[in-house]
Amino acid sequence: MDGIALLTITVLAVFVGFEVVSKVSSTLHTPLMSGANAIHGIILVGAIIVAGQAADPWVLAVALLAVVLATANLVGGFVVTDRMLHMFHARKDPARTVAGPEAGSK
Amino acid sequence: MSLLSPVWTSLLYLAAAVCFILALRGLSSPRTARRGNLVGALGALIAVATVFLSARLENIPWILAAIAVGSAVAAPVARRVKMTQMPQLVALFNGVGGGAAALVALLELGHADNPWVRVAIVFTLLVGAVSFAGSGITFAKLQELMTTRPVVFPGLPAVMGVVLLAAVAAAAAVVLTASVPLAVLLLVLGLAAGVLLVLPVGGADVPIVISLLNAFTGLAVAASGLVLGNVLLVVAGTLVGASGTILTRAMAAAMGRSVAGILFGAFRGGSTAGSTAVSERPVRSSSAEDVAVLLGYAQRVIIVPGYGLAVAQGQHTAAELAQALEARGIEVDFAIHPVAGRMPGHMNVLLAEANVPYESLKEMGEINPEFKTTDVALVVGANDVVNPAAKTSSGSPIYGMPILEVAEARQVVFLKRSMRPGFAGIENDLLYEPQTSLLFGDAKDSLAQVLGAVKAL
Repeated sequence: MDGIALLTITVLAVFVGFEVVSKVSSTLHTPLMSGANAIHGIILVGAIIVAGQAADPWVLAVALLAVVLATANLVGGFVVTDRMLHMFHARKDPARTVAGPEAGSK
Repeated sequence: MSLLSPVWTSLLYLAAAVCFILALRGLSSPRTARRGNLVGALGALIAVATVFLSARLENIPWILAAIAVGSAVAAPVARRVKMTQMPQLVALFNGVGGGAAALVALLELGHADNPWVRVAIVFTLLVGAVSFAGSGITFAKLQELMTTRPVVFPGLPAVMGVVLLAAVAAAAAVVLTASVPLAVLLLVLGLAAGVLLVLPVGGADVPIVISLLNAFTGLAVAASGLVLGNVLLVVAGTLVGASGTILTRAMAAAMGRSVAGILFGAFRGGSTAGSTAVSERPVRSSSAEDVAVLLGYAQRVIIVPGYGLAVAQGQHTAAELAQALEARGIEVDFAIHPVAGRMPGHMNVLLAEANVPYESLKEMGEINPEFKTTDVALVVGANDVVNPAAKTSSGSPIYGMPILEVAEARQVVFLKRSMRPGFAGIENDLLYEPQTSLLFGDAKDSLAQVLGAVKAL
């Protein structure tokens, strides 16, 4: 892909990025940060490409290290965000009555 | 080996990019957030499957093994980590992402015959390394492996200046010569810059630095996308860079600080240093029974939770106390300061974990006018976010930070472990006011005693 097309895409992505998070409430700042953190784990795609082209064993070793790090970022990021969001629920949620021993007893 | 045509590859990468955009949009509302995150994970899965099916790859068994190792390490940690320790885990994941981007850029140097591509490479190397080392220091501070106080030494700005100048020189040399040893030197300089950047940041400001470094990693990933000519990396990295920048600024605004002030404040003379001295001034200490009477015969109670509540794992007891009071017909809300906890929005996560419905969690702007008509403000393990010094004393390190106006309530009760000042190390004059009483002890134990006494009323 030529440079101008990539530049166009980059600039448009900046505006999309500004737009999608501009209205977020502070309630969700932590999950949003963690979710965005998971998304940049997609550097895994780059690490796989580099490792797949490696001919020299040293290059392969460094590339595989990058694959391990990127996978940790990607997988760990999505898992921890999901765990966090699992806990958010609204007032009328039936889950509340089964949560914790004291909640049902009062 | 390539099963997919370039057109299909591009379309699938586009689908993954759309998934990421939908994920970020979903994450901005509590109702759609969880689905949004799953859509993001789906996008990542599509992207990884696509790269295996489209690129000519050698070493596939090795790559799959590396992916298995990365998942086997990260997934259990992410599943088991305590919610109180989550900020440092996010910092850690952010750091390894930045490190991965820097390594990818280093290895691509051999294939880069165009000087513009080498510009993108040196950018990725430097920013990725800063993010890796900076996140490492952030992790150490949050995990309390090192002091949470700003670390400054004479000549720090000069050392930082020399490192940055050397980095710029090394970067220029790499662009001109494509020398791998010089690129490794640049990597090392980037690591040094990352350490020097975060060391002087005070404990209370560390959360904002995580967000900033998150944006840095995003930019490094976007630049690596330019290096590899991969549109998906460009879009995903840019999205994170842009949204991270907005988030960083929103958080800094919630603390009444500028991002530059947070990063360079300590350079100008220990602005967030504070003191660890324990004051000798008299306070009114109280018993659990007295607190229970205050709460039990009030009409309106606002609970202000802070990090101390989370460390004591007292969020469940706090939620039970709120239920017990509501059962007595008392109106109870939780007032959440945007930076309560060790990460903006952290307290919301912790209380959500204790099954407090998110409607009861009131943001600062919404709850502040209500303190005037509140009988009791119960401050549990919070200090800096209710410290009136932020409004009244212009010399204070937290001056200008918006606070929860608990001083307006008729009675203020602090549950505190000791008289030691908070994370930012600043004394709180509200503790010595006549309407204030203190109940000393571990937050969870104190809450349990108060809860027992309320039930016995």
